[in-house]
Amino acid sequence: MTSQQIINLLPYETPFLFVDTLTKISDKGIEGNYTLKKESGFYKGHFKNNPVTPGVILTEIMAQIGVVCLGILLLKKTTFNKEYPKIALTSSAVDFFLPILPGEKVNVVSEKTFFRFNKLQCKVQLFKETGALACRGTISGMFANGK
Amino acid sequence: MTQQELINKLKTIVKPYIQNEMAFQNMTPETDFINDLKINSANLVDVVLDIEDEFDIEMDTQSMEKMLDVKSAMDIINTKLKNI
Repeated sequence: MTSQQIINLLPYETPFLFVDTLTKISDKGIEGNYTLKKESGFYKGHFKNNPVTPGVILTEIMAQIGVVCLGILLLKKTTFNKEYPKIALTSSAVDFFLPILPGEKVNVVSEKTFFRFNKLQCKVQLFKETGALACRGTISGMFANGK
Repeated sequence: MTQQELINKLKTIVKPYIQNEMAFQNMTPETDFINDLKINSANLVDVVLDIEDEFDIEMDTQSMEKMLDVKSAMDIINTKLKNI
């Protein structure tokens, strides 16, 4: 399965698609990146006159690249009966170390802890373009058992 | 291992994932993981993985599908332990 095939199967679209490219894919883990858009609506309110990327958005970027993209690869299905895979975020525990500003490019590195009975748990890190670690955590999701 | 010891071990395993404290306190073989203890399907996977570690056994999809209440869990564990 190619990076583009995985991205095409993602069940998200603008303004809630947070994956630009996948740079490394394997059964053990995945790497990818996303560049934050300066015009994203949440910057208007987070914070007043001081735009900083919300932690929930960083968590979402980590989940979409690190868990959902990897999960699609692990499910090893190129079609989902013309539908998109059904996914639920089931837990996230993330620590935040550095702020991410509008327009920044972030790199996500995810390592599979386990994929059993349709539950995928990963250790996910998010880096600034300088290579500095901005956040890391453990994120899990369940994939619907579509036949 | 007596059946009471087995239930006690299961109690320790499910404790972090339950949402109904009362049903947990009164847990019996008839207690249903999802309907009584209110464990969600994602956490049921965690329970199964913790059972694997605790008893050093491996669960397959078939066992997973049967793991709906304490009694089924006990039966599956007992069978797997016998076959080692």
